[in-house]
Amino acid sequence: MFNQVKNTVTFPGRYDSLASISDFVGKAATEAGLDHKSVYAVLLAVDEACCNIIDHAYGGEGIGDVQCTVDVREGEITVILEDRGQPFNPEKVRAPNLNAPLDKVKSRGAGLFLIRKMMDKVHYESTPGFGNTLILQKRRS
Amino acid sequence: MEVTTIQHKRCDVIKATGRVDSYTSPDLEKSMNTITEAGRYKIVFDMSEVDFMSSKGWWVLIETQKKCKRYKRGELILVNVKEEIRASLDLVGMGSYFKIFDDLTKAVGSF
Repeated sequence: MFNQVKNTVTFPGRYDSLASISDFVGKAATEAGLDHKSVYAVLLAVDEACCNIIDHAYGGEGIGDVQCTVDVREGEITVILEDRGQPFNPEKVRAPNLNAPLDKVKSRGAGLFLIRKMMDKVHYESTPGFGNTLILQKRRS
Repeated sequence: MEVTTIQHKRCDVIKATGRVDSYTSPDLEKSMNTITEAGRYKIVFDMSEVDFMSSKGWWVLIETQKKCKRYKRGELILVNVKEEIRASLDLVGMGSYFKIFDDLTKAVGSF
């Protein structure tokens, strides 16, 4: 019988938190029984999402915290990232041009594109006056 | 993350270990810039001990590649890229900007 485990840790919204967030989420994804490739996919999506929070929702490092919750079930992990920054609507970010020549390629939008590609489900909510919630879900492939 | 650089006759070999993310990528960028600012544009990046690379790290590689390929004066070549890193690189279409070798000696010898 697999016991569902739910844990929450709050990290300072700084780039030097990224490795600790990755350790926390990676351990949970492994406990959920995800294969190596799927664990990497979750870690990449979470890293990109946390950078978006720091860069776009807060507009820089050290402005606010990132609350990270992992919900571990058999063969499935749900990661919930919450912040108190500005609303950030992923729908408004344009997809990157994947076939651009090298000298024309631009960085915008790649992180979000990756998050959507890496995870099975991505859900975003913004509550005025509270902040943003991003829910990422991945099942064992 | 640790970055080491070895200058060879034909090219420079740069090696990083561990995570390349928003926190550590400025160190990689600095090392790449040190090479290109010295007028050397033939670079091999040994990624055999890079376990994780976020899009921030890729942009360091893209910007370095832009500098190297300008005036056809050189190139940034990647070696021993872990499968999951390569898969994510290909997913956003960035894999096509780099030659990727599985053998460091062959990569150095390609210059």
